[in-house]
Amino acid sequence: MFSETAVRDIESVRGKYPNAKAALLPSLYIAQREFGWLSDEALSSVSEALNLPKAYVKGVATFYAMYKQRPTGRHLVQLCTNVSCMVFGAEDLVSLLKNRYSLEVGGTSPDGRFSLVIMECIGACERAPAMLVNDDFHSSLDEKNIIEILETYK
Amino acid sequence: MQKFLLRNIESPNSADVSEYESTGGYRNLRKALSMEPMGVVEEVKKSGLRGRGGAGFPTGMKWTFASADPKFPKYLICNADEGEPGTFKDRPILERNPHLLIEGMAISGHALKAEYGYIYLRGEYPHAKDVLEAAIRQAYDRGYLGEGIMGSPVRFHLAVHQGAGAYICGEETALIDSLEGKRGQPRIKPPFPVNVGVFSMPTVVNNVETLSNVPYIMEIGSEAYSKIGSPDCPGPKLYSISGHVDRPGVYELPMGTSLREIIYTHAGGIKGGLGLKAVIPGGISTPVLPPEAIDCPMDFVSMPKHGSMLGSGAVMVFDETTCLVRVCLRAMKFFEHESCGKCTPCREGTGWLRSVLERLEEGEGKTEDIDLLIDVSGNIAGKTFCPLGDGAATVVINFIKHFRGEFEEHVREGCRLRERAGR
Repeated sequence: MFSETAVRDIESVRGKYPNAKAALLPSLYIAQREFGWLSDEALSSVSEALNLPKAYVKGVATFYAMYKQRPTGRHLVQLCTNVSCMVFGAEDLVSLLKNRYSLEVGGTSPDGRFSLVIMECIGACERAPAMLVNDDFHSSLDEKNIIEILETYK
Repeated sequence: MQKFLLRNIESPNSADVSEYESTGGYRNLRKALSMEPMGVVEEVKKSGLRGRGGAGFPTGMKWTFASADPKFPKYLICNADEGEPGTFKDRPILERNPHLLIEGMAISGHALKAEYGYIYLRGEYPHAKDVLEAAIRQAYDRGYLGEGIMGSPVRFHLAVHQGAGAYICGEETALIDSLEGKRGQPRIKPPFPVNVGVFSMPTVVNNVETLSNVPYIMEIGSEAYSKIGSPDCPGPKLYSISGHVDRPGVYELPMGTSLREIIYTHAGGIKGGLGLKAVIPGGISTPVLPPEAIDCPMDFVSMPKHGSMLGSGAVMVFDETTCLVRVCLRAMKFFEHESCGKCTPCREGTGWLRSVLERLEEGEGKTEDIDLLIDVSGNIAGKTFCPLGDGAATVVINFIKHFRGEFEEHVREGCRLRERAGR
């Protein structure tokens, strides 16, 4: 079940569109904030709030990369390895995270601290390589500063 | 050249409405509101403005089609789903000059008699969402949005709609489906969005940079505007340059500035004084060019004559130490990941291309693989609903066309160029 805040937030986004279906993407974000990921309960709650079939809600949710289909660690590391980041060593950073935190692409570190997702360009090519940690943006990464940055996320 | 799109963005308060007003902001909206809607459409038509998202379609013509449709309400959508790899030109506007975009949308809304607008913003720009939403609230407070804008009878409502990490939603019909709360898959055209768009109503979808040019056209007039840069597609252009150059970044230059000038004059040339090996001039989906082809004017009309496309104006530069098979492989992983799955040639073909490129890069390629790549590409290009498949095919065909020797070398001895580590 949604909290009162979430119910209010969904009503508020609903008002921005001429029909309930159009409020689905923002409502999925609200559900993700509420439940941490799009669990069965999260999808049911969205389905009830917008009066849309649950199968439909799930079909849409699974199309988009930024909706989480499973629980993630405390911090979500979203590292870009597309071409402009790749030529500055982004793929080496992926190996580094694997060695340092036992963090696999698409997986979560055993201590539940980090999850890692590879991004397809986050529009920061002039300061490559770049990543988002949760909603925080970090750029001009190298093997030294990426660890320093991640160590600030406990 | 005097900057317009990036005017004042170095100021720490550039996103604030008062600061925007103090540099002349919203005066162009007032001017537009004193004109008839069709008068504004005519000005934009005469200016020669072309869409900055990549296709270069004449903006005034698109507006005329939407205006001619008798159905109401009409919608104006700003495409801020800046996802083409290498592209970060709209980001400075979204994060540091949001009122320019809002003013451009309010003027365009008036011109189109559109009462509702959405900014479809990519999910990967969370900071831009906060900035835009704060700026929209300020614009409502000061009467630049909402009912009776600036004392006129015009109404225009605007909201941000956040995408969720799907490249395909940059394609306008997929974007429309996504805004309607569906999986973002392209629609077959016709009907075109100008007649049957979001919520089945007439809809104009314009890129961030396109809409941000509209206040400038109001400010200096269509005649003066049409004299900036290339005669066939005039105006200022934002070029984003990345890769192995000394000063990567976003540059506002007259449309048609040569690729050489962008790389060597503005971006300071190749990092570390190394040689240039290849350039992708307009985002990952545009054909790669060899060093001898960079004396080309970067505009929509000239680039096809020089073997590529302007695309989003996202220049990606590779020095002599770069393995281009690896670049091509990374590009293909991107297309495979982002294929929406609707059209079989794209969904299956991108996976096969990736797999063949992978074995070439790993030194397990066969001689016939190079022709196989071309053959598979030929079976994708032109056989899909939207240009994503064409982009994937174009990348492979052009990398092989210009750098076949490097592919053949991979067949013989595997990858000789280890990816350059560090800077």
